Amino acid sequence: MARIAGVDLPKNKRIVIGLTSIFGIGVSTSKKILSRLGIDENIKVSQLTDDQTNHIRNAISSEFKVEGALKSEVQMNIKRLMDIGTYRGKRHRKGLPVRGQRTRTNARTRKGKRKTVAGKKKAVAKK
Amino acid sequence: MSRSLKKGPNIDYKLLSKVEKLNEKNQKKVVKTWARACTIIPEFIGHTFAVHNGNKFIPVFVSENMVGHKLGEFSHTRTFRAHSGQRKEEKAGGVK
Repeated sequence: MARIAGVDLPKNKRIVIGLTSIFGIGVSTSKKILSRLGIDENIKVSQLTDDQTNHIRNAISSEFKVEGALKSEVQMNIKRLMDIGTYRGKRHRKGLPVRGQRTRTNARTRKGKRKTVAGKKKAVAKK
Repeated sequence: MSRSLKKGPNIDYKLLSKVEKLNEKNQKKVVKTWARACTIIPEFIGHTFAVHNGNKFIPVFVSENMVGHKLGEFSHTRTFRAHSGQRKEEKAGGVK
């Protein structure tokens, strides 16, 4: 079982895809690493030799910020925006979209489930 | 898309010259400005700007980690308090 950067890689996937289960490594980074180390992209994670696993592990730990370190960096950046009082920080604090999207409708990813607000009473039917 | 590096940061030169004058005299004075799009550069650190938000001037004290942002980011243009009756939600309940 290959364990890299604190993550167990899925056994029966191709190594290019397997590496992407590490937070901070996508397909293109994964391809870059493998081609530099001369490892075939198509072999399964379970077929990696220990040697190859170690190479990958070293390459990742020396060059990339992944998992916890990366997540905390992202959080730090957001916190910085909030602390210095920018518009973007304000949007983060309120849980609204940050990049100028509309909020009249949609924006559900940021706002979460719809919270229905009881509307005004309908005008009583005439007659 | 980010701004071309060739152009350098967008700086309001009138504002910059005012700040430089203050820096020469080692003075701190509130500088009134409408230049919300002006990038904050290291020379601005420690000064207070009164940045217009379309209605009035909001005092913005520039600190070190604001460098690279725009002045307008710190002078909010909208006020949103709360929707009316956000508290009474339960009471309002089923309407018709």
